Amino acid sequence: MTALAPSPASPPTSRAGVRANAPASALGRAGDALADVVTMSGRALRLARRDLDSVITAAVLPVAILLLFTYVFGGAMDVGGAYVTYATPGIILLCAGFGAASTAMAVEHDMSGGMVDRLRSMPMAPWTMLTGHVAASLVKNLLTTAIVFGVAVAIGFRPDASLLDWLGAVGLLLLFVHAISWSAAFVGVLVRSPDAANGFTFFVMFLPYVSSAFVPVDTMPTWLRGFAEHQPVTPVIEAVRSLLVGAAPGTDVGATALLAVAWCVGLALVFAVAAAWGFRRRR
Amino acid sequence: MTDALVLAEGLRKDFGPPRRRVRVLDGVDLALHRGEVLALLGPNGAGKTTTVRILTTLLRPDGGRATVAGHDVVRDAARVRPLISLTGQQVALDLKQSVRENLTMMGRLAHLPRRAVRGRVDELLAAFDLAGVADRRAATCSGGTRRRLDLAAGLLTRPQVLFLDEPTTGLDPRSRQAVWEVVRDVVAAGTSLFLTTQYLEEADRLADRVALVDGGRVAAEGTPAALKRQVGEASVELDLATAADADRVRGALGLPAAEGARVLAPTDGSLAHARAVLDAAAATGVVPTAWTVRQPTLDDAFLALTGHRTGAAGRPAGQSAGQSADLTAKEVAA
Ligand SMILES: Nc1ncnc2c1ncn2[C@@H]1O[C@H](COP(=O)(O)OP(=O)(O)O)[C@@H](O)[C@H]1O
Ligand SMILES: [Mg+2]
Repeated sequence: MTALAPSPASPPTSRAGVRANAPASALGRAGDALADVVTMSGRALRLARRDLDSVITAAVLPVAILLLFTYVFGGAMDVGGAYVTYATPGIILLCAGFGAASTAMAVEHDMSGGMVDRLRSMPMAPWTMLTGHVAASLVKNLLTTAIVFGVAVAIGFRPDASLLDWLGAVGLLLLFVHAISWSAAFVGVLVRSPDAANGFTFFVMFLPYVSSAFVPVDTMPTWLRGFAEHQPVTPVIEAVRSLLVGAAPGTDVGATALLAVAWCVGLALVFAVAAAWGFRRRR
Repeated sequence: MTDALVLAEGLRKDFGPPRRRVRVLDGVDLALHRGEVLALLGPNGAGKTTTVRILTTLLRPDGGRATVAGHDVVRDAARVRPLISLTGQQVALDLKQSVRENLTMMGRLAHLPRRAVRGRVDELLAAFDLAGVADRRAATCSGGTRRRLDLAAGLLTRPQVLFLDEPTTGLDPRSRQAVWEVVRDVVAAGTSLFLTTQYLEEADRLADRVALVDGGRVAAEGTPAALKRQVGEASVELDLATAADADRVRGALGLPAAEGARVLAPTDGSLAHARAVLDAAAATGVVPTAWTVRQPTLDDAFLALTGHRTGAAGRPAGQSAGQSADLTAKEVAA
C-alpha cells in the first residue's frame, strides 16, 4: 500500500516525485506562495461560476441599474449633458463595488466551513485563501464591468478617451475593486453569519449614492456634502469620469487621480493587513 | 517518552469571557509513538476537538506544552505543519467541486510537481474506492463517500501523523465500516494516527492505545484489552427458559442465589475454565435459550473508571456497545 505510505521522516527528499515539505530558499517559498494564490484564485472563480445565483446577480443587476438610472431617473436629472454619459462611470463603479463586496460572503462561507482549519494546519501562508478570493473578484468584476460598459454604449454612452485615458480608467477601476475586495475579505473574516456578510454588500452599494456618482455633490445639503466630498468613492468616480468623458470645469484631473489612487492603495493595504490578522486570530 | 512523535504535557485551555472562563482542558498528558494508533475517547464536550486543535497548531494552549516530532506546536508551528494532516470534525471539502477537483486542489496546495498531482490523485481515488465517483460533485455524494474523500484530501502530502477528529460521527454502520477499512490501510502503510471518537467500538477496533478523557483530563489510558481487564473478568452468560432452571444452574456452578432467568458465571477468560463452566451447566440437563462468553466492554470501563457512563451519544446508532467485544459461543467452543 505505497499509495498511503507517509513520506520518509528525514531528510524530506523527493520520493516518487513527491515534495511535501517547504523549500528552504526564500525564492522557492515565494514561488510556492504564488502557486498557492493561483490555485486558490482558480478555485474561487470555479466556485463562483457554479453558483448560478451569483452569476446572474453579478451580470443582470448592474445592467438593470444602468437602465433604471438612464430611462427612469435620467429624464429628471439635469447634469448639463446626456445623463447616460454622466451616470455610466458611476454605475460601473457601483457594480464593481457591489461585485467586490460579494467577496465578503465567499470568505464568510469558507471561514464557517471545515476548509479553513485544514488550510491553516498546512504549510502555507494564512492569507493565501483570502488572496485567492480577492484575485477572483478582480477577474469577475472586469468581466461584469465589460458587460455593463457594452450595454451603456448600446444605449448611447459615448466615451471620449485616448488609449492612455482608457488604461488609466481601467487601472483605477481595478485598484478600486481591489480595495473593496480586501475590505470585504476583512468583513468576511470578522462576521459570523452569511446575513452579516451580505449586509456589507448593501453598505458598499450605498456609498456611491452619497458621492458625485449620480448627482453633482453641490446639489446635496451641506452636512451630506461634507461626507460626499471626502469619501473615497468621489475622487475615484471623478477621476474615472474625467478620463472617459472629460473633466468637469474646474477639476484638477491629476490631483483627483492621485487622491483616488492614494485612497485605493491605502484602503487595500489597511484591510489586507487587518484581514490577514483576523484570519490568524479567528477561533 | 522522548521518542514520542506527538507529546502533550499538562495542556490547559480555558474558554469564555474573563469573568466566566470555563476550563476545558485541565492538564492533558498524552503521547503518540511512531506507527501507533492512539484513540482519544470521550463523550461530546470532553475536549477532544480542543486537544486536536492545539496539537495541529490551530489553537494556542493556555498552559502546558505539546510537540510533534520534537517541534513545539506553538513556537515551531511552521516545522510541525509539513509533518501533520488534519481531517477535522467538519468536512473540509468544496461541495461545488467534483471529487477529483477537490483532490487536485489539495495536491497543488501540497506543492506536488504539477505532473505528479494527477498520478497521486488517481492513486488516492483507487485506494479510497472513489474512482467511480471521481467526476461527481462532492455535494451529490453520500455522507460516507464525502468522509472518505475528506480523508483522501488530507493525504496528498503523505503526513507522518494523521489527526482524525471523530471520523465516523453521523455515519451509518456500513459507511462506518468503509471508513474504518481505509483508516486501517493508511495505518498499515506506516502513518501514525491520532484519533478521537465518542464510539467505544471504534476505539476498540482501530486503536493500539486508548486514552479516556473526562473533565478535561485523561482519566485512564492503556490498550483496549488492558482497560477492559481493569474493569473485571469475562463471564459466561446463560439465558434460561425459567427462573427455576436458572436456580438449578446456579446451584450446579456454586454461584450465590440471584433473581431472574439469566446466569452470569465469572471465568478467568481461559478456554479450559469456560469449558468447565459450560460442562457443569450442561450436566444439569437444562437447555439455555442463548449463551455467550461476554468480555467487558469499553462502556463498562468508562463507568468503572470515571464513575459515570459516556452519555447518550456514547455508541453508534443501532448497535449495542457489547456487540463487538462479545465472543460468541461458537468462537469459544471452536
Ligand atoms: N471557541 C470556543 N469558545 C468557547 N467554548 C468552546 C470553544 N470551543 C470549545 N468550547 C467548549 O469546550 C468544550 C469542549 O469542546 P470540544 O473540544 O469541542 O469537545 P469534544 O470535541 O470532545 O466534543 C465544550 O464545552 C465546548 O462548548
Ligand atoms: Mg469534537
